[in-house]
Amino acid sequence: MDYTKYLNKTALGIKPSGIRKFFDLASERKDIISLGVGEPDFDTPWVARDNAIKIIKKGYTQYTGNAGLPKLRELICKYYLDRYGVKYSPNECLVTVGASEAIDITLRAIVNPGEEVLVPEPSYVSYCPCVQLAGGIPVAVPCYAKDNFSLTADTLKKYITDKTKAIILPYPNNPTGAIMEEDGLKEIAKVIIEKDILVISDEIYSELTYNEKGHVSIASISGMQERTIVINGFSKAFSMTGWRLGYLLAPLEIFEVIKKIHQYGIICAPTISQYAGISMLEESFSDDFNSVNEMKSEYDMRRRYCVSRLNKMGLTCFEPKGAFYVFPSVEKLNMSSDEFATTLLEEKGVAVVPGSAFVNGDCSFIRISYAYSLKQLEKALDIIEEFVKEKTK
Amino acid sequence: MTQLEKKVIALLKDDARRSYSEIATLLGVEENQIKTIVTDLEKQGIIVKYSAIINTEKTGEDYVDALIEVKCTPQARSGFDAIAKEIYKFPEVKSVYLMSGTYDLCIQLESKTVRDVSLFVSERLSTIDSVTGTATHFIMKQYKEGGVVLNDETDRRSDGNT
Ligand SMILES: Cc1ncc(COP(=O)(O)O)c(C=O)c1O
Repeated sequence: MDYTKYLNKTALGIKPSGIRKFFDLASERKDIISLGVGEPDFDTPWVARDNAIKIIKKGYTQYTGNAGLPKLRELICKYYLDRYGVKYSPNECLVTVGASEAIDITLRAIVNPGEEVLVPEPSYVSYCPCVQLAGGIPVAVPCYAKDNFSLTADTLKKYITDKTKAIILPYPNNPTGAIMEEDGLKEIAKVIIEKDILVISDEIYSELTYNEKGHVSIASISGMQERTIVINGFSKAFSMTGWRLGYLLAPLEIFEVIKKIHQYGIICAPTISQYAGISMLEESFSDDFNSVNEMKSEYDMRRRYCVSRLNKMGLTCFEPKGAFYVFPSVEKLNMSSDEFATTLLEEKGVAVVPGSAFVNGDCSFIRISYAYSLKQLEKALDIIEEFVKEKTK
Repeated sequence: MTQLEKKVIALLKDDARRSYSEIATLLGVEENQIKTIVTDLEKQGIIVKYSAIINTEKTGEDYVDALIEVKCTPQARSGFDAIAKEIYKFPEVKSVYLMSGTYDLCIQLESKTVRDVSLFVSERLSTIDSVTGTATHFIMKQYKEGGVVLNDETDRRSDGNT
């Protein structure tokens, strides 16, 4: 049977994920040392797990209201005000099934067929498919190594057309580890306001920034909150990936439309996870984010270690200030990222993700995740160093 | 102690073979500064010794580890210190602690055979006058040693799509 005629053309047309493709390759071997995974290696803090167990025992296992538990939404608003200086009412906060759902339903709420959504490149794999599934046209806006992969106003201007509806602002960035500093945000905010487009700010790595000032949300820049949908979640900040808990913050009129899609498509985020999220935030406020900071300083050490080792072996990389990725160049070996990652995997059993997974076409960078113990990083980087030496002979 | 000294100690406790330059990279400071700190900590006797953690199951050698609870009568002037001293002079004694609770001293013993342990208890420990009672526990399996889980858990993450 030819199934293509039964299937949705847009969905059929979406190219398979480059990360998935690569790990399918990797899974054919047993002895792989991976630096590929994009989720924290820390366990969810005990308070959240403990409270979830209590909630199950109490039998609080029904749906919650569509937007999420009021207490959780209050805490999320308090969190954004305390941490990033942006004030939202709980009525503008929607609890979602991870940041993933938030990205999807936000795009579906704002995009009309044929409208363009700017997606800085390289970036996370889900944006473009979600834009396409919403009927929009993703337009890649290249970010360059010379700018440490942050977005500049000049580049942005070149890609805005009459059809541009919104831009996805993916900082701190997966896969590059780039962040946007306040000055840079102000520059692009001017362009965004002048061109009258919306911003979808994916701030899922906001807790993981390693500069003095910390994360700055574009919603905190003057004139931006009214045209920004902030997306964040518990996955990376609190090592809660499997709980599927995220949220978005948006101006009321936009929020209402997004909520409608969430209400019919999802009903509500997992109840038990929502309770776990409440205890996680309450605990964080009461210990002044101590456990988050401890986790961050562990990542920070690994980050410095990776940057130092990679630069020494000639895989040059800038010092990323966010997330848990480094993005070194493999140009020196005259290999594409695909070729590098595939050969490294086949010959040495080390898995890294080729930069090609995050751009259209190929590039000369690879993504190394440092969500691994220093011990494992050392082992893998030793092997990569050996590989680089062999290939540059 | 400064924050930096604490971090250096934590890194050395985790892996004593880390070089000055590696520690400097990890903490984002100059190598010389680390060298000064470590030398100082050694001089002050805060860092006492660097040793290795051994997975004794894998060495293939006979090896018995025992914990011995000791009850004793404290002595007039020296309390428990003199008794502890008498005990810790034996080379097979790995550590000695003064405990709160139902007994007084806890001894960690490293021997080749069960017989070695019994000999230690019957001939060395029980003959000390102030020792009034002992209870010996053999360690049957090492799960975690010095902060390291010996039979590493597998990574549960799925190499998903993120
Ligand atoms: C940039 C980015 N956004 C969103 C997500 C998805 O996060 P969640 O687990 O909240 O759906 C990820 C996960 O890796 C990510 O890297």
